[in-house]
Amino acid sequence: MSEIHFREMASKSWLNFLTFLCGSAIGFVLCSQLFSILLGEQGDTQPDILHNDPHARHADDNGQNHLEGQMNFNADSSQHKDENTDIAENLYQKVKILCWVMTGPQNLEKKAKHVKATWAQRCNKVLFMSSEEDKDFPAVGLKTREGRDQLYWKTIKAFQYVHDHYLEDADWFMKADDDTYVILENLRWLLSKYNPEEPIYFGRRFKPYVKQGYMSGGAGYVLSKEALKRFVDAFKTDKCTHSSSIEDLALGRCMEIINVEAGDSRDTIGKETFHPFVPEHHLIRGYLPRTFWYWNYNYYPPVEGPGCCSDLAVSFHYVDPTTMYELEYLVYHLRPYGYLYRYQPALPENIRKEVSRDYKKEDPKVK
Amino acid sequence: MLSESSSFLKGMMLGSIFCALITMLGHIRIGHGDRRHQHKHHHLQAPNKEDILKISQDERMELSKSFRVYCIILVKPKDVSLWAAVRETWTKHCDKAEFFSSENVKVFESINMETDDMWLMMRKAYKYAFDKYRDQYNWFFLARPTMFAIMENLKYFLLKKDPSQPFYLGHTIKSGDLEYVSVEGGIVLSIESMKRLNSLLGIPEKCPEQGGMIWKISEDKQLAVCLKYAGVFAENAEDSEGKDVFNTKSVGLFIKEAMSNHPNLVVEGCCSDMAVTFNGLTPNQMHVMMYGVYRLRAFGHIFHDALVFLPPNGSDND
Repeated sequence: MSEIHFREMASKSWLNFLTFLCGSAIGFVLCSQLFSILLGEQGDTQPDILHNDPHARHADDNGQNHLEGQMNFNADSSQHKDENTDIAENLYQKVKILCWVMTGPQNLEKKAKHVKATWAQRCNKVLFMSSEEDKDFPAVGLKTREGRDQLYWKTIKAFQYVHDHYLEDADWFMKADDDTYVILENLRWLLSKYNPEEPIYFGRRFKPYVKQGYMSGGAGYVLSKEALKRFVDAFKTDKCTHSSSIEDLALGRCMEIINVEAGDSRDTIGKETFHPFVPEHHLIRGYLPRTFWYWNYNYYPPVEGPGCCSDLAVSFHYVDPTTMYELEYLVYHLRPYGYLYRYQPALPENIRKEVSRDYKKEDPKVK
Repeated sequence: MLSESSSFLKGMMLGSIFCALITMLGHIRIGHGDRRHQHKHHHLQAPNKEDILKISQDERMELSKSFRVYCIILVKPKDVSLWAAVRETWTKHCDKAEFFSSENVKVFESINMETDDMWLMMRKAYKYAFDKYRDQYNWFFLARPTMFAIMENLKYFLLKKDPSQPFYLGHTIKSGDLEYVSVEGGIVLSIESMKRLNSLLGIPEKCPEQGGMIWKISEDKQLAVCLKYAGVFAENAEDSEGKDVFNTKSVGLFIKEAMSNHPNLVVEGCCSDMAVTFNGLTPNQMHVMMYGVYRLRAFGHIFHDALVFLPPNGSDND
């Protein structure tokens, strides 16, 4: 009888023990869950803050690359609350620039798209030139083939198209590649001293082969209205050849023949404004090896390091899509608050008279 | 039945207690924690435009000079090329910048911390800086050699912030109960925080040289624990739109991410206009940033700023 009683008691304490274990396990799990909820390590995610992008609105809006009236530089968010863009807006009206971008069907989405999303909107008018028409992008069809050897022919046809359709819509006509980044305000400042009725063109000047020099294709070049007229006329009257495999050199030769002056695009302290490479290649001493062709091509003494490039640079070349947006951020967004830039060039006389009040207000006399 | 349920309950209690013990043990010694801070994430914003307009024209220069920032950069011999770039670029805009290295390096002047351990280096550097410069600087900024920092934007951010208050700013991360400023974004301490920190550095119970019990804890977390004992709490620095101004990544990386995450709003969704730091840069990229920040700009865009900063003497890249 005591044996049964003993077994009963043993099984009971065994059962007790089991329930005890169960309880402790459940208690442990519940508690750890509770703790992990209360003290969970939050991952480090920088919030994706998107803001109204009025700049993009301009581009996507009517899909015509038409910028009617004034650029609303102040449309951006409160980051630009303290910004006064009167001078930039004034120059926009005074120095009208039509930009055409050399591209092709395979590059519309890969490259030209990013040009369109960034600097192209600041042209008074922008056209994307391709061998075939694309109504959606939109791109003009020049009815040529693609390829490096077609570049000059495309250039001639592009300028012809611009001349035939938009001659009176602008004062200056700029050619750029789909991997060129252009700062339009700085181009307008450069050109504001000149008369578009003069036969002159600007770019990064190279010295070989052409006596007055010629302008690098990739860094972009800009023709005055008179220069454009003469250029288009030169092909009608056979003054210039149609065929060449080197676009910029051929154009430079033609310019010399038709007496269009190769202008000096350097800033008021002699620093280059049009650049055939990205900033890094020019700013870092020794980046471009001494044996590189570039050192012998530059019309003016070439400089590497900080002296390479003007504060008011106009263009950079071989700019990939990421670098396009980076430059856009560095030029138009990030700035050092309150910093008095070393290089403070004067406004051209005519513009200064108009905006003199605002300009003087902004120039703190600090000793 | 009763005995079973009671043993079940006893089991549960024991299990919970055991679990709680383990959790507590695994965490760093947080101390008694401040239950007052219900708000999960501390945010600190840049001043408003309205505040700025109230500052008169005459006061601008004086005001600008009132911010004296001492820059601490912790380096190791392997960082020599970054060190060179940092020296030649943004640190020229600190009121004073000093390099604290793990050992003596012939090429550059530095203060030898004689240790390889990052937390020890940090402690010694803060102590050195406080002992020597407590009367000359009111803000102390600690950076990594892979960073690019814009001092002018830091001073703008600090406008209206009283350095005699305990400020501890940067890009914050929450780890359990602890909110700390990540060293990868740069750490800003006011003179008051420096004072409090230095008073605790000698107390091993509060500010030990070897914090974690089971595994090593990063130096920025250790700093946060130490500061928390002194009543100094981390705050995340943001601009007037809520964008971080201290960044742990480079501009290029932000752009790449933006291009895949929101390709229609790449630049606007990227980073603050008033960013103070970026990290993860190569020496070449620092030179490009120097040009891009202090020189390259679009003509005709003029700003009404409350502060005025002159370019430093004897410098040709800004």
